[in-house]
Formats: sequence, structure tokens, C-alpha cells
Amino acid sequence: MAAHSQPGRPNQLFRNLNSKIASIPMILTAVVIFLGGTIWTVTYSFTNSKLLPRLNFVGFEQYERLWDTPRWIVSIQNLATYGCLSLIFSLTIGFLLAALMDQKIRFENTFRTIFLYPFALSFIVTGLVWQWLLNPEFGVQSVVRSLGWTSFTFDPLYNSDIVIYGILLAALWQGTGLVMCLMLAGLRGIDEDIWKAARVDGIPMWKTYLFIVIPMMRPVFVTTLVLITSGIVRVYDLVVAQTSGGPGIASDVPAKYVYDYMFFAQNLGQGFAASSMMLLAIAIVIIPWAYLEFGGRKRG
Amino acid sequence: MNANVSINKSNSVSIRELSLSFGSVTVLENLNLDIRDGEFLVLLGSSGCGKSTLLNCIAGLLEPTEGQIFIKDKNVTWEEPKDRGIGMVFQSYALYPQMTVEKNLSFGLRVAKLPKDEIDRRVARAAGILQIEPLLKRKPAELSGGQRQRVAIGRALVRDVDVFLFDEPLSNLDAKLRSELRVEIKRLHQSLKNTMIYVTHDQIEALTLADRIAIMKSGVIQQLDDPQTIYNRPRNKFVAGFIGSPSMNFLKGELADEGGKPVFKTNGVTFSLAGYETSQPLTAGRKVTLGVRPEHIQVDGDIAGEVHEAVVEIEEPMGADNLLWLKYAGHTMSVRIGGARRYAPGTKVRLAFDMTLASLFDAETEDRI
Amino acid sequence: MDKTLTMAPSVTSATSRLEAGPQGKRPRKVLSSRNIIVYGLLGLAALYYLLPLYVMVVTSLKGMPEIRLGNIFSPPMEITFEPWVKAWAEACTGLNCDGLSRGFWNSVRITIPSVIVSIAIASVNGYALANWRFKGSEVFFTILIVGAFIPYQVMIYPIVIVLREMGLYGTIYGLILVHSIFGMPIQTLLFRNYFVSLPEELFKAARIDGAGFWQIYFRIMLPMSLPIFVVSMILQTTGIWNDFLFGVVFTRPDTYPMTVQLNNIVNSVQGVKEYNVNMAATLLTGAVPLIVYFISGRLFVRGIAAGAVKG
Repeated sequence: MAAHSQPGRPNQLFRNLNSKIASIPMILTAVVIFLGGTIWTVTYSFTNSKLLPRLNFVGFEQYERLWDTPRWIVSIQNLATYGCLSLIFSLTIGFLLAALMDQKIRFENTFRTIFLYPFALSFIVTGLVWQWLLNPEFGVQSVVRSLGWTSFTFDPLYNSDIVIYGILLAALWQGTGLVMCLMLAGLRGIDEDIWKAARVDGIPMWKTYLFIVIPMMRPVFVTTLVLITSGIVRVYDLVVAQTSGGPGIASDVPAKYVYDYMFFAQNLGQGFAASSMMLLAIAIVIIPWAYLEFGGRKRG
Repeated sequence: MNANVSINKSNSVSIRELSLSFGSVTVLENLNLDIRDGEFLVLLGSSGCGKSTLLNCIAGLLEPTEGQIFIKDKNVTWEEPKDRGIGMVFQSYALYPQMTVEKNLSFGLRVAKLPKDEIDRRVARAAGILQIEPLLKRKPAELSGGQRQRVAIGRALVRDVDVFLFDEPLSNLDAKLRSELRVEIKRLHQSLKNTMIYVTHDQIEALTLADRIAIMKSGVIQQLDDPQTIYNRPRNKFVAGFIGSPSMNFLKGELADEGGKPVFKTNGVTFSLAGYETSQPLTAGRKVTLGVRPEHIQVDGDIAGEVHEAVVEIEEPMGADNLLWLKYAGHTMSVRIGGARRYAPGTKVRLAFDMTLASLFDAETEDRI
Repeated sequence: MDKTLTMAPSVTSATSRLEAGPQGKRPRKVLSSRNIIVYGLLGLAALYYLLPLYVMVVTSLKGMPEIRLGNIFSPPMEITFEPWVKAWAEACTGLNCDGLSRGFWNSVRITIPSVIVSIAIASVNGYALANWRFKGSEVFFTILIVGAFIPYQVMIYPIVIVLREMGLYGTIYGLILVHSIFGMPIQTLLFRNYFVSLPEELFKAARIDGAGFWQIYFRIMLPMSLPIFVVSMILQTTGIWNDFLFGVVFTRPDTYPMTVQLNNIVNSVQGVKEYNVNMAATLLTGAVPLIVYFISGRLFVRGIAAGAVKG
């Protein structure tokens, strides 16, 4: 006897009805905004929309033009440099700080508060502070020169070749505290007995970190990596505040390119194509991770 | 089968062809069970056998994939938990941490919008039965484990229901409290005479509390009988090995015929099967396993019947009892004797096996012969 | 003890050997080389993190003449609060010269309802996902979480169109909606993980007691979830206060949040640069999240750890 043929079974649609009603905002957000909005933008990236979105398909024309635009190439190069260095430095510095914090030190809370407070500040505030610190007339450069080293030059925000490092400096100041916190949580999550065993076996501390602890922290590293990466692709406010993309277009980034083409240059098609490229970049990172995290095993 | 299953009127809970699977994993398979009115039924099994799943199905907290559940002759398969006439006690007590004991007890009644004096009456009655009146104004965090579980039982009690469901209620308590509350639950059952369904993995709880025990393995009930029968006449080798500590001794061998009488042979040793009750013919040559519980082997002294000789390997004194591990005919066996009788390792002892309480299992099907 | 004595297994030598040698508590040097390295490095790092805050404060308390003369690290010779007053009440953005106060109040008007709405929605979502799963709920949740990684730029224009259709584009209500939408993934994850971590048997017991979806939410779950609500409030308050992109896209100049206004003041190309006013304005904008951060302390840490590590 099949169960569904039995009388009195409530309609499946009305089961858990309250839960479904309560989830309507989530469903709308997920389906209409996240899924629908993405599909919409990608679709319109194949049109020649200018001031208003129009469904006049032109194939890959926008993408061809995009990759022919020097400004886009600069912003992609900037993103690549900034992204790679930002990943390497924030992971290294974050882990080193966390390892230092994990030495059963005194004033741990004070140090943590100091390292993490920039994370509470906005990118705008961060950008403006570092704009001031790196001001060649009054900032670090002038202070060092006034100490006697008159030829000292450190003006990243006014030098197109190194401007992206100036932004990196500010970004690391803002974000490494978070990485440190995540790493510290990961270190604290490691069984005390591992340390005891390593000590009894006479393994030096740095070796224990390198060969035992770091491999055990793989999940933390992966999560941190994903978080940093998604932040990197989004970087926008910081550049706007610190350099407004300058000097010239030297510190432009894709997010700024998209914004300018959508809202100033009145070339929506370009903006959509550029944002679709950003989506592609994210997808390359996220999809393998999401597959490992959600696809491989059933999550509680 | 016919949807109009005839339900025996004296049954309190009836389960018909119940199946439950999560995706491709089948937890319960075509399960039938009738629980009589006022019966104390224990679902016993190791973790993952489906006993808690079955209880959650009865409670309405899990939806079965197939089958029906009847409580008091009413088909409740798709009823909400609250409409099934059940109360439930959980392993982790599941007391609402922010409410006082009194509010915990009355929460369900307040949700059902019962009149205030009725709520007070029921709470007072439950608190009286469980002797938790002094605790009524306290929060769960201020109670000991035993007190918490008493409140949890009280929460089922105030619901005035026919069927009580217990999901490993004593597993979080230490050994001493566990035996105290065990007695209390038994007393409660005797005075209330409700139907109680009790899930546990602890065979002592099962043997001491149950009117009947259902032993489960991989979602299937292996045997449903009163404790005595389960203990002395296990239906198969799994049940025999699961119940009893230390476990029943299993000797692999085969049946033979000696002078017209059936005997059991293993590694050149012969056991007479005189006194063994069976309805099946004990055909010579059949591969079987002989199962004898440690307490059904007599050692030395005034022993009757066929005598075997073995050597003591290890002695485990346990206070009231003394457990001997013996080497005999290539098998390691355990034997339980009185705590006062001590044997040094290497001592030779004489053994007599009580075949009236032994079991023979088919080597292939593992069912009792 | 005689050192020439060999390993004679005599009782006396054994006991004397037990008594000799290191015993008791190991003497600890406060200034061990290990400690110097650890604290030295931490101190150096702390300096790097603290310096910008210090420079901000010092600069904002100096007059412009002193800034032109001295170096940015030197403490002010003459403390003046004029830059603060100017930043708050007089600084110009475009034609408006009523200072940052306008942006501050806009931000307050945006942040408070956004935090309330987004947390209300996300907590119910998380509760439904943890305890009342229905067919497809996990699919929607996965889309939501993956959506958290989609660059905002991809979704901004469609939202502009939707808001324009609803007549909310350019209003504070539109921005509140946008914040609720983009806060949803992380907040929902936070609440879902929290509710999943609560004992499932409590939920079962409440169902046996006859409580329904909303009754369990309000009477059982909410009273147990105060910590996660505080954590979530901290995250949302700082996050929404610090937002720039949504503010600049979805509001008009007279409703710009503080961050947008700050950027306009500091990066305005007109007039003489008043660095002290700029720094005072920057500090004013950073003050709210900083205060939240210093008051909440460990809860803030717990929030980002819960949102990130478990995710």
C-alpha cells in the first residue's frame, strides 16, 4: 500500500506553512536579487545598452571593447598585483601575529584590541588616514627628510608605478587583524595534546607549526582565503578615498571601472560586461570551494 | 495490504508496516509493533539501530516514509505531536532554560490555553507525585541532573496523556542516580499504569523495567518478548550476544549422534545435549554454535551431570561475583561464580554445562534451533 | 655527593641522587630571549596599528599653521578644538556648508532601521532553516550563501531598476531595503548556525508541548539567543555605518550617509585643504564603529569568528 494513497494526508504545500511564509524574504532575495539580478546583468552585457538598458544583442562586442580599453587592462593588472600581494601578506602577517599571540602572553586582550580595531573602521576612513600619512609634503616622507635623510623618497600615492602598494599598505592595516583573529581561533581549536606530544617527542616549535599545526588548520586557511579573495575583487571604497583612482588612472580597479561606466560614462553595456568579468573571477575561486564545502558531504 | 487493518482494542499503540528512509539510507523497514494498554515496552539496541527514530515517529517528530501509526485506535500518522496524546522525556532533559520549573511544567498547558486553576491543579499534582514541590520556583540551571530529569518527567505528566515516551532518559546521569531513577520510573509506572515506551541501549534498564523488550538491529525488531524469555530463549545469536554481560560463550561445532542421543562436538570434545528443549530435529552433521551464559556453567563442588575439565587463565574478582576466564578445547570461555570463591591462574577446574538454559544456533542463519 | 661514585645501586646513592640536581619550581627569567622576541615583535606590530590613529588625533587638534611647519607625528603645541567644530558644523560639500552633522544624522536614520529589519528577517530565516526545513529550503540557502560572494557591482543595476519601479530609488527606505538584502547571507548563516547549535531536543519538547512556529520562536528560541542578537547587532551596525558604495548609488546628496559625505569633504578639489578639519571629520565618522568595537570587545571577535570560521 503506497503511503501517498492514504486518506487524510495533508497537502504537501501547506505543511510547514509558517516556515515557508517566514522564508519569503529569503527566497525573494536569493531568487530575484541574487540569481535574477546576476542573470539580468550577464544577459545585458551582450547588448549595446548605453544610457538605458536595451535588449539589442551585439554578441561579445562589449567584451572585445573592454579588453581593448587600456583603463580596464590597468585595473586588471592592479587587481592582480594587489590581490596576490594582499593574499600573501595578510596570510603571513596574520598567521605570525596569531602564533605570537598564542605564546600564552600577557595583555593578550590589549594586543588583540589594537590589532583588530582598524577592521571596525570603514575603507573610507582607512583610505583618508593613509592618504594623509603618505602625503609627501607632510607625511612619512617629509618626516624622514627632516631627520636628515633629504633624498628619501616615499610618495606612493603620487607615483603611478607604485601607487597600488600604497593602497596595499592601507588595506593590510585594515584587514590583517581579522586574519589574525581567524588564525588565532584556528590555533586555539587545535588539541592541546598535539603540543604535548610534540614536546615529548622533542620536535622544535617552528617545526611543529610548519609540519603539524598548519596542515591541521587547512579549513581555517581555506575559509580565510575565500574571505580575503572575495574582499579583494570588491575593493572599491579604499581606492576612491585614498587616490580616486589616480594619479590619472594608475590605481584604477575593476569595481571602480564598473561604477564609472554605469553611472558616469552612461555606457551600461561596458559596465555590465566589466561586472560580468568580475563575476567570472569570483566564480573561479568560489565554485571549487563551494563544491568542497557543500557538495562533498551532507552538512548538518 | 488492506488499509482497514483490524486494530486489537486492547492495544495502546500500533505500528503498521512502518518504513523510514533519509534519501538512500533506510532507517526503519516494514516495521510492525503492537503495544498493549498499560504496558512498559523497552526498545533496546545499540546506537544507530533505529530505536530513537521509531520513538520520534511515534511522537510525530519525524514523518514516516510509509506505513501507519495508531494511538488509542486513532490513526495519528499525520497528526501533530501535540494531538497524539503523548508525553515525552528526553535524554538531555530539554528543559527550557529561561523558565522556572513551574513554567516549564505548565508551558504546554499555557500554549493550549487551559484555564489557570486547571493548570495549577495539574502542576501541583505532578510536582506532588515526583516530589519536586520545593523546586518549582527555580531555574533548570540551579537543579542537579536527577532533579532536572524529574522535572522533565513532570512535564510529560501534566499533559495527562495515555502514552509516555522516554528517549534514553537516564543516559546523562551517573551510575548511582541512574539506578535510583530507574526504580522511580518503575514505581511511577506501577502507580499510573500508563503505556510507556522506553528507548535505551542499557540492557540492565531494559531487563529491570520492561514488561516486554523489543531488541532492534538495523531498523528491524529482532525479538519482542518478556525479559525472561529474551534472556533464556534468545531467538537468534545477535540477541543472545547483545543481552548479558559478560557476553554469552559461543562455541562453534556440529551436531552428532552418539548412541542414539544427539550431542554437540567441538574440537574433539563432546557435550551431551540432554535437557535441551527444541522443536526441531537435531540432525547429526548440522553445523551449529552452542551458546552458554557464564552463569549457566557450574564450577567444581557438588556438580551434576557431564563433567568437563579446564584451566583458569585469568581471574576477575568483581565483588559480589568472580569471573573466571578459562581455556577449554581451544575456546576462551567466561564463567561466573560467587565472589568468595577464588582461583589462582593455572588451577584446573571441573565444569558442568546447564543444557536446559543453553542455546543452539544454526551456523548459517544464526537462528535458534 | 661524590661525583666519582659509579652507578652503584645502593639505597643511599639512589636517594642522594634523588635529592641532588634540579628540584622545585624552575626559575623563570622575565627577560628571556624568547620573551624579548615575542613581546618585541608584538610591540612593533602594535605600533604600526596604533600610529595612524595617533596621527589622526594629533592632526585634528593642531591649527593649520602648525601642520604646515611641523611633522605629523609631533604632538600639538597648542591644542585647538576648532577643526572638530568646523568638521561637524561648517565643512562644505558642494554648495552645502553645514558640516558632517547632516551625514551623521542621515547615517543614524539609515543604520537603526536597517539593523532592526535585517536582523528580524535573518533571525527568522535562520530559525526556519535550522528547525523547520522544507523541501527546497537548503537550495535557497545555498543560493543565498553563494550570492554573498557575488560582487555587488553585478547586482547593483538590477536593484536600481527594481527600486525605481517601487518608487524607492534615492530614498532612505530604498537603502534600508538594500542593506537588509545584502546583510541577509551572513546574518542568516550566523543565526542558522546558532540555532543548529541549540539542543534539538528543546525544539522537540516544545513541539510536544504544542507550540507552533512563532510560539517556539518567540517563547523558546528568542530568550535563549540574546548573545547572538548582540553579536549580530554589532556586525550590522558597524557594517552598515561603514558602507559607502550603496550609499553613493542609492541615495541623493541630501540623504548621503556620513561616509559619502566625508569622502566628498576630504576629496573635494575646491578650496584650500584643511588637513586638521579632514582628520577631525575622519575621526568623527570612525567614532561610531570604534565606540561599538571598544564597548563590545570580545563579542565583536566572537561575531567575526562565528560568521567566518563556521561558514
